Amino acid sequence: MQTLSDNLHAELEKLIAKYRTADGGLVPLLQEAQDLVGYLPREVMEKIAQGLDLSLAKVVGVATFYSQFHLHPRGKNIIRVCQGTACHVRGGLAVLEKFEEKLGIGRGGTTKDLQFTIESVACLGACGLAPVVMVNDDTHGKMSPEKIPELLASYKGDKPHEQ
Amino acid sequence: MSNKRILVCGGTGCISSKSRSTYDVLEEELRRHDELAEYQLAFTGCHGFCEQGPVIIIEPEGTFYAQVTPDKAKEVVTGLLKGEAVEGLLYVDPVSGCRVLRRDEIPFYQKQQRLVLKNCGLIDPEDIKDYLARDGYKALTLALQMDGQHIVDWVKQSGLRGRGGGGFPTGIKWESTRNAVGDKKYVICNADEGDPGAFMDRSLLEGDPHAVLEGMIIAGYATGAREGFIYIRAEYPLAVKRLAVAIEQAEKEGFLGENILGSGFSFTIRLKHGAGAFVCGEETALINSIQGNRGMPRPRPPFPAVKGLWDRPTLINNVETFANIPVIFSLGPHKYSQIGTEQSKGTKIFALTGKINNTGLVEVPMGITLREIIFDIAGGIRGGKEFKAVQIGGPSGGCLTEEHLDLPVDYDSLISAGAMMGSGGLVVMDESTCMVDLARFFLTFTRTESCGKCTPCREGTKRLLEILERITGGNGREGDIELLESLGRNVIDTSLCGLGQSAPNPILSTIRYFRKEYELHVKHKVCPAGVCKALTSYRVLAEKCKACGICKKHCPAGAITGEKKVAHVIDPEKCAKCGICFEKCPFGAIMK
Repeated sequence: MQTLSDNLHAELEKLIAKYRTADGGLVPLLQEAQDLVGYLPREVMEKIAQGLDLSLAKVVGVATFYSQFHLHPRGKNIIRVCQGTACHVRGGLAVLEKFEEKLGIGRGGTTKDLQFTIESVACLGACGLAPVVMVNDDTHGKMSPEKIPELLASYKGDKPHEQ
Repeated sequence: MSNKRILVCGGTGCISSKSRSTYDVLEEELRRHDELAEYQLAFTGCHGFCEQGPVIIIEPEGTFYAQVTPDKAKEVVTGLLKGEAVEGLLYVDPVSGCRVLRRDEIPFYQKQQRLVLKNCGLIDPEDIKDYLARDGYKALTLALQMDGQHIVDWVKQSGLRGRGGGGFPTGIKWESTRNAVGDKKYVICNADEGDPGAFMDRSLLEGDPHAVLEGMIIAGYATGAREGFIYIRAEYPLAVKRLAVAIEQAEKEGFLGENILGSGFSFTIRLKHGAGAFVCGEETALINSIQGNRGMPRPRPPFPAVKGLWDRPTLINNVETFANIPVIFSLGPHKYSQIGTEQSKGTKIFALTGKINNTGLVEVPMGITLREIIFDIAGGIRGGKEFKAVQIGGPSGGCLTEEHLDLPVDYDSLISAGAMMGSGGLVVMDESTCMVDLARFFLTFTRTESCGKCTPCREGTKRLLEILERITGGNGREGDIELLESLGRNVIDTSLCGLGQSAPNPILSTIRYFRKEYELHVKHKVCPAGVCKALTSYRVLAEKCKACGICKKHCPAGAITGEKKVAHVIDPEKCAKCGICFEKCPFGAIMK
């Protein structure tokens, strides 16, 4: 099934050409392709396999090995809830559960309106502010379950959010 | 450079407390006051005191302002105009309750020895001039006048050991790479900090990227490599950005690229983004990842120094290790080797977190005791609770207790106590942490992150986790503790790489020091810390209950009943064990 627009298709071809001869180009190519499309559908991985002269199994093998790659569409806002040690001992799980409850999805899940995806991550490296949540590229420290509805509201719709 | 500076912290911690807006307000205010034109405003790297963010330092006085949110930024300028410190912005010492004026008077900084972090928080990481003004690239200039073997000898004499956790002597690694034969050689900086609870590499890269580059260039010169890679976590966008800026500036100034400083030596550095796999911190796995494969380790030997990236001799060191190189050059190897203990030289950066008063990043000489770190620097346990344990070294490390508080912190003493330096995460726990649950937490992490290549790690971590889940879930069986011990030792002895070889450490060390807690879980089905839900029940102490109805109002399960003036009751059948009643009760009438 053709899911990519012509425009995306052309961009992807350009990326493949850029990495065709590069040593160790598969991982950065997958990263850039994912930035372009938003995730890695089968079609994209097939094109990459063809372009780099690799088996599809090899491409899928690499894509599923790293936690950064996603094989399904994701929400507009990616919520990453830290479950690192510091966050764990300061109540990071309660924060994660509150997100799941408010959005009605589990970790790794995406809301039906494609607004939010929840992920749990091992550590965001901002332990001094535990528990920590990252929404897109913004880090929010010292979270608690009570603060979550407000945080979600600030990202809903197209409202510009505070940096 | 004017000596009147306002340094606003631009580390990830402070930025998330809105330090960028604070900076903007200050910039605007300074523009409106010509009399303050002498003040130079800088957005710096991490000061280490993340919890007090946004942090501001006024030079030359060294006035330290904490929690300067954007709405308070104007007060800073008012203070400058009046020529006096703003009382309300000064840091309050949690132990004495007093306000402290200067950074160097704060206990958090007093016991530190900041050599590697000496520039962090004091320079603008995006301006190479700031680095040069603090003797940056002097080590490189000196190194280029030396013979490569001479440099290797210096590193050996300094006694520096790898800061990534294993503690392998850095000089020997450099020498093997230098002596290895190959048409091309590589230097790799391992910046894939994946330990939960560790952020020292991140802060270094964000706060002083040139120090890491300088160490790498010297390593390239000494080992005969012409190409370098920095393998960095994609989750660190700020560090990536600042490194890219630093590389560009270093190239422009002639410290990187062709014919460096006219020496005839050429060296390039490229960034490689990690894709999120903890095992890639292991050097052979990291090499596989750079080559575009699944990041799986392979047996050693051959070591990367002989056969590494694309089968060529490769030197891999961690971020902090490289950042130590300019320090060795500025002090001289002899003076450097006088810091620390007999077998562990220099300083170590620790990420201090958990139930302590001052969380943050600290650099201390090796050999300092845990007591000094936890009670003097970190200001003791938060909320006046009791110290229970400290977890050191992340998922590879272990837990230490009260009896280890006076243990000198160095590579070997930690290992003999059943823990490990690891990358330097240090998480302090009080009585509200369940040690079995903590072991389960780390095993959940290592099981997910096991690459699956070797059976002991793939299957072993899975089974260990199953047993721990059984215990925390209230179904522990007789013999489970012994099974954890023997299986754990097997996984350590038979796994292929460091991930599996250290994965059981959190279990074995918690059993070693908190066996009683395990026994209570298994035999009596009790979780003394009240963390394991299946083993915790809540009840109301009738004599303390004021029948205020707060718990009843908040209970999401509708499990609490009670009328006015009648002590409330929790129905154990309906109770979801969420603990909300325990938290909300203002009279401490709910018991776990």
